[in-house]
Amino acid sequence: MSGSILFAAIVFLTGAIICVPIAKKFGLSSVLGYLLAGILIGPFIMGFVGDEGQDILHFAEFGVVMMLFLIGLEIEPKSFWQMRKTIMGMGGAQVLGTMIVSFLLFTTIGFDWKVSLIISMAVSLSSTAITLQTIKENGLMNTTYGASSFSILLFQDIIVILMLAVIPLLTDSEKTANASDHSDHTYLLENLPLGFQALAIFLSVVTVVLAGRYFFVPMLRLVAKTRLRELLSASALLIVIVLAYLMELVGLSPALGAFLGGVVLATSEFKHELESNLEPFKGLLLGLFFMAVGASINFIVIGDNPLMIGGLVVAVIVLKALILFLVGAVFKLKADQRLLLTFGLAQIGEFAFVLLSFAFQLKILDRVELDMMLVVTALTMTLTPILGIINERLILPRVGTKKVETRRVDHIAKSHKVILVGFGHFGSTVGRFLRSYGIEATILDNDSNRVDLLRKMGFEVYYGDATRMDLLESAGIAEAKILISAIDNSDNVIHLTKMVKEKYPYVKLLVRAKNRYDAYDLLNMGIEDVYRESLETSVKMASDALNHLGFRKYTIYRQAQKFIQYDEEGLRRLADKPKTREEYIFKAKEEIKQQEKQLEEDLNRGIIEFDNHWDSEQMRAAHNAPKK
Amino acid sequence: MNRILILFAHPKFEQSRANKALVKMIENKEGVTFHDLYERYPDFNINVISEKKLLNDHDVIIWHHPFYWYSCPPLMKQWMDVVLEFGWAYGEKGTALRSKKCLNVITTGGTRAVYCSEGSNNYSVNEFLRPFEQTARLCGMEYLPPFTVMGTHNLSDQELEDYTLKYEQLIGELGQSLPFDEIKNCEFLNDTPQLNKITSK
Repeated sequence: MSGSILFAAIVFLTGAIICVPIAKKFGLSSVLGYLLAGILIGPFIMGFVGDEGQDILHFAEFGVVMMLFLIGLEIEPKSFWQMRKTIMGMGGAQVLGTMIVSFLLFTTIGFDWKVSLIISMAVSLSSTAITLQTIKENGLMNTTYGASSFSILLFQDIIVILMLAVIPLLTDSEKTANASDHSDHTYLLENLPLGFQALAIFLSVVTVVLAGRYFFVPMLRLVAKTRLRELLSASALLIVIVLAYLMELVGLSPALGAFLGGVVLATSEFKHELESNLEPFKGLLLGLFFMAVGASINFIVIGDNPLMIGGLVVAVIVLKALILFLVGAVFKLKADQRLLLTFGLAQIGEFAFVLLSFAFQLKILDRVELDMMLVVTALTMTLTPILGIINERLILPRVGTKKVETRRVDHIAKSHKVILVGFGHFGSTVGRFLRSYGIEATILDNDSNRVDLLRKMGFEVYYGDATRMDLLESAGIAEAKILISAIDNSDNVIHLTKMVKEKYPYVKLLVRAKNRYDAYDLLNMGIEDVYRESLETSVKMASDALNHLGFRKYTIYRQAQKFIQYDEEGLRRLADKPKTREEYIFKAKEEIKQQEKQLEEDLNRGIIEFDNHWDSEQMRAAHNAPKK
Repeated sequence: MNRILILFAHPKFEQSRANKALVKMIENKEGVTFHDLYERYPDFNINVISEKKLLNDHDVIIWHHPFYWYSCPPLMKQWMDVVLEFGWAYGEKGTALRSKKCLNVITTGGTRAVYCSEGSNNYSVNEFLRPFEQTARLCGMEYLPPFTVMGTHNLSDQELEDYTLKYEQLIGELGQSLPFDEIKNCEFLNDTPQLNKITSK
């Protein structure tokens, strides 16, 4: 049944499409939906997917790599450096604490000390995929909980390298003979002395940083010039794969390498473009990963020893939660944030699959121990979303939840957010004036040369096509108060405004219109703030001409204001009902006729028709009339 | 020789027969800076730095404006609000204008007769000008009686010409040195013997 890749794809996609919306419908996280889908299509229920579940799991781990790259993109090197203490402190405490307690637990229930050590290593790691996906889904990335989880997970990503290096030391020498033929990790440096390995690792990190700055960015600029969107997607994928490959080559975690690469590229103008290009891939691969985890739960192992498995699952979750709670307390997290952390990271993560299989290949673990721990791992992962729901619905409300409050503060911090689309002659003036008020707009422009130049001038400009919702979303439209459209392509303007108005109706739209016809379209779409680019400038020009003819500036000024007002009113009258273009022209002719009439009237009455106050002639006439 | 700054504020200058005649007479005179506020700042966006410099460079400041609703047109008031800063024009360190001479030159539609307790306007022009007088005082300036052109609604050409000549003479006298102590007590500068002596010649 598993012969065809297409069939497997149909199974996975169908599973996802059916289960995830159902999970969402019940207010559960999508992760749970994927996991359940995996269990359903797995070998023990419907049997669509057999043993290749493990292979798929391995392939889908690339989703985790991508996720870390994307997270790296959102962390600028400066803030990464600021987090170093939290990463070492919280991460270190969590990993060490969990390892000690679980080592004691497993030796006590009768495991060999080596096996216990391996298992305690696996147990100390949490699932980056599940936790970060849930955090992002709930929009908690900017909370203390989000930052703490992230720090701990990052530390685990780093420490897992050390763990993989230590595990071979635990083997008896006669068993290592065939250890190096495991296919997953063919390290280039395996046979080098330790000092050289460290050097190589250091060099590869430097390579990532340098490549990011001096190779990837110029490459992206080059690609951007071709204006082919799919090439940018290809480049984004290429970057992540190159990073992952490079890291795997020297024996570092690919996820860590991708994260580093992301951090390096976080300050480049392609940040949002990369994000929106990789987001769909990441989402799909992560979904696949969760399904593979679900599918890999071995129900036979559970059936053989349900009490043991159940007990272990509960024990692992409790002990992880306990350590996390303590770490949260030591680092002074508020009660609600601490509880979120406690339940959020209380699972065994995907690195456990790697560690345990590695130890199995080295014959430290036997088949039974491996299967048992794999099932425990998968089960704790599956239980995480459920625990999260229990925490959110039953526990948090009792400890006086502050979740709403923290989010509101978050909202205020971003409440001045302005997105400025298009930074040509028009948009740049808008942006410069806003900047003179200390308002830094997030700028989107699709001319990579200009983006480059403006970034050198210190503007926050990003390269990308703003008619794509995903790009707008990664630029932060959800938190934006105002979106200013300063692009000149009429179709794009209409497309952009329609899209934003539908999906984010509370974002105030200020839109540049090329001419009257665009203005009509925008007005008919219900956009109130429409700015015809030519109106004010041409009136100003006429005003100056009149001044050169000898008319008084102040009089012209008032006349001009009236004229603009008059013109805007006319525009709105015309736009009243949606019309086809031919009708506009017909009606415009009529309007011109009308205008002509009114202008003639103005002429007959003279300037005073506009401005009647303190009119000396009238007053003189009135004053003198009775005397005559 | 006293340098004279005429701050002229008239939103409807092109329609004002009296002011056109008055301005024509003095705008190009030696030692006089004629500063047309409505022409310079049609959007009311007054350049305070350049206004201060102008004030620094002159000894006699004239507020020349029509009498709108018993006061000046709004741009003149805006000028006072933004240019006469605390710490520059008044207040302990505000000594920039100290001992300069200052006066209003105004045109009114109504005659002198309606501007008194028995007339339809109830108060005299001098009484209406109290805010200007006190502003000048607070800035340490010497406030002189106003020069007025009244009853412009039915001024004959001859009468108007008399006024313009008188205005020109006044500017000349202010440029030299008027016996300020004597004229301070007149109701209007129009009445000072010096001006009447000259014009009657």
